[in-house]
Amino acid sequence: MAELLKTQDLCRHFRLQGFWGQGPLLKAVDGVSFALFPGETLGLVGESGCGKSTLARLVLGLLAPTSGRVWFGGADLTSLPRRGLKAMRRQFQIIFQDPYSSLNPRMTVRQILEEPFLIHNLGTRRERRTWVADLLAEVGLAPEHLGRYPHEFSGGQRQRLGIARALALRPRLMVADEPVSSLDVSIQAQILNLLVRLHEHHGLTYLFISHDLSVISQICSRVAVMYLGRLVEMAPREVLARQRLHPYTEALLAAVPQPDPRQPFRPPALRGEPPSPVQIPSGCPFHPRCPEAEFPRCRDQVPAYREAAPEYWVACHFR
Amino acid sequence: MSGNLALQQGGAPFLEVRDLTVRFTTSRGEVRALAGIGFSLQPGETLGLVGESGCGKTVTAMAILRLLPLPAAHVAGEVRFLGEDLLSCPIERLSHIRGNRIAMVFQEPMTALNPVFTIGEQVAEVLRLHRGLTDAAALEEAAASLSRVGLAEARQRLRQYPHQLSGGQRQRVLMAMALACRPDLLIADEPTTALDVTVQAQILALLRSLKADLGLAMLFITHNLGIVAQTADRVAVMYAGLIVEQAPTGELFAGPGHPYTRGLLASVPRLDFHRPPGAPLEAIKGHLPEQPPPGCLYQDRCPEARGQCLTPPPWVQVAPEHLVRCWNYG
Repeated sequence: MAELLKTQDLCRHFRLQGFWGQGPLLKAVDGVSFALFPGETLGLVGESGCGKSTLARLVLGLLAPTSGRVWFGGADLTSLPRRGLKAMRRQFQIIFQDPYSSLNPRMTVRQILEEPFLIHNLGTRRERRTWVADLLAEVGLAPEHLGRYPHEFSGGQRQRLGIARALALRPRLMVADEPVSSLDVSIQAQILNLLVRLHEHHGLTYLFISHDLSVISQICSRVAVMYLGRLVEMAPREVLARQRLHPYTEALLAAVPQPDPRQPFRPPALRGEPPSPVQIPSGCPFHPRCPEAEFPRCRDQVPAYREAAPEYWVACHFR
Repeated sequence: MSGNLALQQGGAPFLEVRDLTVRFTTSRGEVRALAGIGFSLQPGETLGLVGESGCGKTVTAMAILRLLPLPAAHVAGEVRFLGEDLLSCPIERLSHIRGNRIAMVFQEPMTALNPVFTIGEQVAEVLRLHRGLTDAAALEEAAASLSRVGLAEARQRLRQYPHQLSGGQRQRVLMAMALACRPDLLIADEPTTALDVTVQAQILALLRSLKADLGLAMLFITHNLGIVAQTADRVAVMYAGLIVEQAPTGELFAGPGHPYTRGLLASVPRLDFHRPPGAPLEAIKGHLPEQPPPGCLYQDRCPEARGQCLTPPPWVQVAPEHLVRCWNYG
């Protein structure tokens, strides 16, 4: 099957501002290649600062890459002119993490949901009204909400609005950047259910970004693990369930305290904390924290990110 | 610690909270944050206080230590620590207990430390104030306290400032400050929420070993049911300013009694890649009411609500240590 989205060797480096002029180089995303197939839900997991959100903005064309390429439906986004990119954007939309700051407080629900159609010059006034009403119903909000402002809603309802707005143009790809992280568990479950339902109804493809592996395991068919700007592992969920994984993925899995006192909690034997993306360690970027690191190999040689088994990608000397 | 255990034999419970009520006067009128909660804690025991945002978890911790802003907060009820009521005792007496016998760790390791003082000064201050140590002795003890919480190169850290440390290291410093005077009770308010999962796991492991080594009692406040399951001996579930269920941890997770507890547990996604993806979670409908309804506070969202629920449900003892506030058992 032809991929919907593909990146090749995607990099985004930021030059930091130093005290005396130029500061160090921050490699937020450093050589990421992956493909996303129509209808699948790819989970992207990693700790804060690993480059998940930067990667999301790169694939949406919201940020220009330092190098590397992004193809959407066969078209190269990185070489598309501005106008072409705008037309293309109808096909991929984003749901943001923070339902508080991602909605304009001065706009009513009707205006928020109508805006995507206005930007793309779609429909008559009457058609747009119908579409907005349909969207509202689809995400589980009521018609009387149309005239209200974002501050009148709870966090979960605001996230429903954010989802409705992203859904307005019937995109093919939906990038969800930590869509449930700021919500309470009971509300988080409602939103996850809604996302799954929309996925089925509209045949959406998701790039689902989260730091929470339990949330990822709830809805994703494939998982990519990111560490310090690079992918360290990518596998279908069946593989994750049975195979020995990258030491970082294993640590992430072990670090999750299970809501079941009978399952013993064995915190991973990781040293320290994720290093700064300004000073990425030599060799395997994970070697200073890795319980299995062997010297000097892991310190000196960058492990290749390769397809170790069909559909299973990993960057580790020992997998 | 052992001294307190001896005192304990005398009959006064270690920590007992009775009918604790907190109301705030705001520009938009009076808001009830706690509607009369009660629980007790044994020496060395960890009680997990779990609930969603706005349920009153943090207000409970702040009220126990009289940290709520006056005169906006109206606090009523009793908080007895080894028989002494912390809410009515003189403030000098409270200052002696607070930070010394009862310590607290806050959620935000980024803001809970003073950015213009070194780590050493901040940890040593506690020791000078409460134990009357000299500057040199306090610094010495601060270094020991920092290494007890697993901060690498503790001695060099004394001269560093908070901004030079990572989030996990700062949380360790806060724990070192809290534990410097060897308290009997630690109140931990979402101590790992701001941290990454791998760092959270390290801090949880540390708390677990400190508890075992120091015989520390803990009031552990969290919204994370996984953390409660793995750290608490007993759990109290809060909803809209009330405790709705209390039980030993194993029992609560094996047989949750209150419909809210059941809903919460069913809402949590499980880490399991063996199942197919996308199975619906049994979510709780609706959201926290802005105006508490009369009777059971959960009635609007409860799948089992009935006419009776318009009157406040009583506490029902469903097992020796298992209490549920629900008409299901009335």
